[in-house]
Amino acid sequence: MINRRHLLLASGAILIAAPAAAREAGKPATAAQRWGLLIDTGKCGAECTICVEACKAEMGLAGHDRPRTDAQYIRKVNVKDPATGAGHSVPVMCQHCAKPACVDVCPTGASMKRADGIVLVDRHICIGCRYCMMACPYKARSFAHEEQTGQQPHLPRGKGTVEGCTLCVHRIDEGRLPACAEACAAKAKGAMLFGDLNDPKSEIAQRVAREATTRIRADLGLEPAMRYQGI
Amino acid sequence: MLARLLLGVLMMLGAAAATAADLPALPKAKGEACIASAEVMRRDHPDMLKHQRDETLRLGIRGAKASLKECVACHATQAADGHAVPVNDPGQFCQSCHAYAAVKPDCFECHATTPKTTIKEASR
Repeated sequence: MINRRHLLLASGAILIAAPAAAREAGKPATAAQRWGLLIDTGKCGAECTICVEACKAEMGLAGHDRPRTDAQYIRKVNVKDPATGAGHSVPVMCQHCAKPACVDVCPTGASMKRADGIVLVDRHICIGCRYCMMACPYKARSFAHEEQTGQQPHLPRGKGTVEGCTLCVHRIDEGRLPACAEACAAKAKGAMLFGDLNDPKSEIAQRVAREATTRIRADLGLEPAMRYQGI
Repeated sequence: MLARLLLGVLMMLGAAAATAADLPALPKAKGEACIASAEVMRRDHPDMLKHQRDETLRLGIRGAKASLKECVACHATQAADGHAVPVNDPGQFCQSCHAYAAVKPDCFECHATTPKTTIKEASR
């Protein structure tokens, strides 16, 4: 019995492993999965913004050339160790915490964590109070100050609501990779590994179990799903 | 006599109502058939979408029967130059009826009003 994977391997194609099969229609997300990313900062160039551009295109985020208030779901942070001079470039987005501060402080229940660990904003009930933006230690959320037009059908966004990285739920539910990880693998050095942290057979879970990984501000105890190497 | 008078008044009222406002003229949809009959859709589409939106967003249930994305994909018309016309433009599918019924849905403050278009990264 030759399955699709063997066929792909036999054909010599470069295999970008699909994280999982698409979830059946009508089935809810379950806690059996916990989606996360493992980001190798050694492969992440300081000038490279391919993941950021891919995210903007995927989510239809058109800015107003006002970097302080324009929506950003993922950004590049260049950090430097003052003692050694060692510099690293780190992509930072919503860390999809297991214990999200944004969900704790949200007065309406709009900030929510899906069963599979993806943290989202339910804009249907968001009142734009921005408590979550103050609570988030990762500066991961933006506020839509302007009327929005030309949204992508899979990502509704509008004036007066808070928004942030969704880990591309619309793609994950179809069994595809998040746009940033896909673009990094295709056009850059493949610094981002996406997968299911709860599945012992997945590459990300095996590497996290085997190698040293860091979580940003692990001291806060929010247990992010995003893990970094090399910082 | 009184009955005849009443009947006359009623008939006049009916005639006045008929000319009060023209029924909305809807552009034709692309698809074969809607997910339910026109009578059901007219009355129940807000409840369908409201029920579905919570299931999709909060529980992650995809592929529901009612989906705003599918409504827009089917009911958005194309202008002469091939561009999709937003469904909430005056005279378009959603707006023509909502204007007639004097309701202002806020779905389209956030939701896309045209079917999916691919944005080229180079153009940003």
